[in-house]
Amino acid sequence: MSSTKYILGVFDDPDEMMHGIDKLQKNSVPIYDVYTPMPIHGIEAKLNVKDSRLGYAAFMFGCLGGSIMFTMVYYMLVHDWPINIGGKNFFAIPDFVPVTFEWTILWTSFGMTFTFFFATHLFPGRTPRVMDLRATDDKFVIAIDAKGNIPHDDITNLLKEAGATEVKHNTRKYVSYE
Amino acid sequence: MKTHNNFDARYEFVGKAKTYSLIAIVIGLVAIAGGFAFGQTERTFANLLIMAYYFAAVCMCGIFFCAVQYAAQAGWSASMIRIPQAFGKVLPWAAGILILVVFAGLSITHHITNEEGKEVVAPYLYKIWGAAGVTDPHSENYNAVIAGKSGYMNKVFFLIRLVVFLGSYCIFGRLLAKYSEMEDDLGGMFYYKKSFNMSCLFLVIFGFTTPIYAFDTIMSLEAEWFSTMFGWYNFAAMWVSGLSVITLTLLRLKKIGYFEWVTEDHIHSLTKFIFGFSIFWTYVWFAQFLLIYYANLPEETVYFFKRWEPEFKPWFWINIVVNFLTPLLVLMSRDSKRVYGTVQVMCIILIIGHWLDYFMMVMPGTTGPTSSWLTEIGPIEIGTLIGFAGLFTFLAMTALSKAKSLAPKKHPFLQESLHLHI
Repeated sequence: MSSTKYILGVFDDPDEMMHGIDKLQKNSVPIYDVYTPMPIHGIEAKLNVKDSRLGYAAFMFGCLGGSIMFTMVYYMLVHDWPINIGGKNFFAIPDFVPVTFEWTILWTSFGMTFTFFFATHLFPGRTPRVMDLRATDDKFVIAIDAKGNIPHDDITNLLKEAGATEVKHNTRKYVSYE
Repeated sequence: MKTHNNFDARYEFVGKAKTYSLIAIVIGLVAIAGGFAFGQTERTFANLLIMAYYFAAVCMCGIFFCAVQYAAQAGWSASMIRIPQAFGKVLPWAAGILILVVFAGLSITHHITNEEGKEVVAPYLYKIWGAAGVTDPHSENYNAVIAGKSGYMNKVFFLIRLVVFLGSYCIFGRLLAKYSEMEDDLGGMFYYKKSFNMSCLFLVIFGFTTPIYAFDTIMSLEAEWFSTMFGWYNFAAMWVSGLSVITLTLLRLKKIGYFEWVTEDHIHSLTKFIFGFSIFWTYVWFAQFLLIYYANLPEETVYFFKRWEPEFKPWFWINIVVNFLTPLLVLMSRDSKRVYGTVQVMCIILIIGHWLDYFMMVMPGTTGPTSSWLTEIGPIEIGTLIGFAGLFTFLAMTALSKAKSLAPKKHPFLQESLHLHI
């Protein structure tokens, strides 16, 4: 039993990497993930990546922030400690709009940020999960889960044929935890 | 994606579109003539002002759109830039009509009883600062507030400003269209760089003069009231309505077989603009309202007092619902920005919504409340709107049919636009 956990095909050129994806898919080799230093058009469709649901999270956080702030202002300025401002009604809705608006945006942005951190396991101070360090620099990396994908040499050959400059057989999933 | 597009196909303005636009012009003429014939002169003038201003706003938006794209060196819009260019080419017509309406409205006078109950000779438009004797200390109609503004608000300087502003926008619109057509013949970066420089210059001039233009043309109908937010509020209305017209035109032309290279990605980009600037419009509208509401100074609240008369209050609320809540709820999700049917319906709603917005700016300060809120919008309003819509369609589509190709063949960013993917 091989100790290889992940096979990484490292490419210099994004077009060759896209070609590599085609080749693997044609040979029914499931791709775990692809790491690139910059966004590549059309890669989501090719890998069947589902649309991000971050927008829905953002909408919910916005609704939550707006409701909390409106309730809070209502409690403070209408219920608990009514203040006469310029002879207006205590419940003067237009005055409440700016702060409700601001909290909607604040909660949307914070909510989106924390949702993103949660989904990607990124937190300040935590070591990020990286499978190949140069994928954030100048290399294009296709990662294949080695479990169940045998023989490994065939995958290595496929990647090499597609133009991979290097094929790594990693025994650990993430190289960043040193 | 198709890799070979026929950019040489010219747009032919024939068939139903042409017939309907001509019928609409006739309807408009009948409505205007009817308005004058049946003693609704002031109301007809106010409607002419609304529509001439709207017409000019959409054409100005065409130039502004081109200028923003060039100044930002945006690539995505290159393949549909001929549409805003055609709008820009129509601006001389719009400007001519607007100047004519304003000049006639200022020159033709009638006897009215003003708000203080005095008999005055006042023009049909701009009756507060245009009335006879308001700046003359010996006249019984003397108005110290207006007299204080008369160094700026007088007929000669007013008309000079209008002609200079609109004239300069026309020149820039013409130049940007001309450079783009010459680029088609010659290629290279020369005309692109020239367009870039002209766009930057235009944006500076436009940015400083549109607020003044809006103050002059619309805000001075109620000359004793002022709001510094008004210029940006009008700019937002211009930009949203103009973008809606650009998108609607593009979708209609795509439907009958032109612009086959325009994809849902382009429509998505345009709709993002519409969505974003609808929110911006609301922001400025509300900022103006909130400051006046909060400060509660009588000379400022009079503007909203008039708009809260029972004859206008329903329209006041419909305005904010149509122009804010509909785009907010309908266009928020990514998917709805990419469905042609939804976008087309939203464009039509926003075009009519911003007509209502202009209506709310003009009507309460000119004719004022009539009998009931339903009759505030009658045959004259609808007829004039249809007439100008037809006139705009006719002129803009004629201008587009004169373009040698529907895509700028040698635009440096054309390939980027054809491969737009978002």
